[in-house]
Amino acid sequence: MVEQRLFGQGAAPGLARGVVCVLSAIPPVRHAALSPAEEHAALSTAITAARAEAEAQAAQAAGPAAAMLEFQAVMLADDELARPAMAAVAAGASGASAWVAAMAAEIAGYAASGDAAFAARAADLEDIRDRVLRRLAPVAPDTTPPGAVVAAPDLPLSRFLAIDWRHGGAIVLAGGSASSHVAMLARAQGVPMVVGVGAAVQALTGCEALVDGTGGEIVLDPLEATRDAFSARIGRAADERARAAGHRAGPAVTVDGTRVAVHVNIGALAELDGLDPDDCDGIGLVRTELLFHDGTGTGQTGLPDENIQAAAYRRIAAWAGGRPAVIRTLDAGGDKPIPGVTPDGESNPFLGLRGLRLALQAPAPLRMQLRALARAAVHGDLRVLLPMVTVPAELELARSLLDEAMADLARDGIPARRPPLGIMVEVPAAAISVERFDAAFFSVGSNDLTQYVTAAGRGIASVSGLADPLNPAVLRLIEGVARHGLARGRDVGLCGDAAADPRCTGPLLRAGLRSLSVAPEALGRVKRAIAAVDLRSSAS
Amino acid sequence: MNDLPAINTAQGEARLVNAVGLHARPSVKLTQAAKAFACRVEIALAAEGPWVDAKSPVKVMRVRAPRGAVLHVRSTGADAGAAAQAILALIRDGFGEDARRCGGTSHG
Repeated sequence: MVEQRLFGQGAAPGLARGVVCVLSAIPPVRHAALSPAEEHAALSTAITAARAEAEAQAAQAAGPAAAMLEFQAVMLADDELARPAMAAVAAGASGASAWVAAMAAEIAGYAASGDAAFAARAADLEDIRDRVLRRLAPVAPDTTPPGAVVAAPDLPLSRFLAIDWRHGGAIVLAGGSASSHVAMLARAQGVPMVVGVGAAVQALTGCEALVDGTGGEIVLDPLEATRDAFSARIGRAADERARAAGHRAGPAVTVDGTRVAVHVNIGALAELDGLDPDDCDGIGLVRTELLFHDGTGTGQTGLPDENIQAAAYRRIAAWAGGRPAVIRTLDAGGDKPIPGVTPDGESNPFLGLRGLRLALQAPAPLRMQLRALARAAVHGDLRVLLPMVTVPAELELARSLLDEAMADLARDGIPARRPPLGIMVEVPAAAISVERFDAAFFSVGSNDLTQYVTAAGRGIASVSGLADPLNPAVLRLIEGVARHGLARGRDVGLCGDAAADPRCTGPLLRAGLRSLSVAPEALGRVKRAIAAVDLRSSAS
Repeated sequence: MNDLPAINTAQGEARLVNAVGLHARPSVKLTQAAKAFACRVEIALAAEGPWVDAKSPVKVMRVRAPRGAVLHVRSTGADAGAAAQAILALIRDGFGEDARRCGGTSHG
């Protein structure tokens, strides 16, 4: 057996060893045709079952995911969808091949429409196709053995959520993206993930694989020496985690006795389950573009209606108890496009209509979100964070929308509390002249701030070395924001990836920060790094 | 058939004002609203057609009507007037995408 290596881009750090389980995009098609009447009946039954499945899933889902599942159910309920396939079956084709051909034509029409909103629905049509195919040609059940290395061309969010990751495992994708929602959830749940390994994943079924989600490398059918070395690395990483776990509970304090607040970043309500509020000082960032499952499938605003939002925010505030819970308003665009919401064809989306810019241009969703947030603020120390603020006028516009939301709620007799309004500091213009912004608190978004200050996109491998949050220019800006916050008595925190990187802990604390917000899995690691910093010495 | 007094017909047009045109959720709402009526309801991007069945989400999605397009609506049958009115109101309303009005018009 020959040891092979695959290289891709690390999308979620960590090490895992397991057997490869390939998730096929399309189950194999059965060609042996029964009589036309039997084929017709089989296809018809499969479609009805697929529709029932989509309806059941829609009933259990919330928000945008529910709307997309309902869309699938409604499409499956329409005889028109299967009409061309049924005609082919009557002419002698097998149900499966007729269905694939008919759906291929339907999907091609969406993909070729030239309209991003419709093209994005092609994925739903593919999902519809596969739901029916799974029933027509039942092959291996669509379950993944515990701890498997899941390989696929790409991994839709629904399938990521369907897999039980509690027993380990890893993700290897031929395509995919490190900035996808799946990658973000994989990082949050500690599932190692490598993307962009090329088209070879289909052939990997059953191979033993060693996955390094940090380095973006996969070893297949490893030699014994390689496996031993990898196992030793896993052991060291586990020791490291165990040591970090010892720091997970309790306050974070530096060697010299300085208390540092450590908050958590949350992208999904499920992350709160099994997370002890006492292990953190509150929630530093809730990404509402992720909170309602699948921002890419929403089509309209990226957010569900006001009541669903208010209930979710209330749950977050209740979980936090008396601790602060900072909820960021919808941050679409840049690396988080929402089909139909964010503009298409911008020459540089990171410098385009994104974040608060986009929200203020068509403010109805932001108004609704502010109403929901003010309603939930009755139930805890909920604070509202505005993304991508560039000039003070944007903050003031958002403030006036909050004024209106408060007045509307009061007029409607709906209980509400005005939440403090803070801003992300991620655009250099805001960082350099932070004193111009009358915000209740500031949250440094180190990912965007770093890439804007260094003019180096994090997603571009050839310049990723330049996108260094420890660049003195970046640290100087952070220092200025921290100093301003201290002078004015306004909280200043940092919620980018740098907060979770032990290499950055010392420099960030020396820059004056006393509040960091990290993924839940990084709590112990960061508290341990904080405990090693001595602010009385000039470096550590 | 317009000369047959027993059959009501109604026709009108409205511009798609919602964010992304006649897309997944608006299509679902449109077909649900149309199905609430017994009469035949059709939509088209031009007054001269081609007309498609507004009760079929698959056909409505195939129209791929973008934002800003003018949607023509015509209905034929006993409750044609009420149906056209309800569908046109739904389109003008941006399919109730503004929160609290969700679904309010979908029952016609």
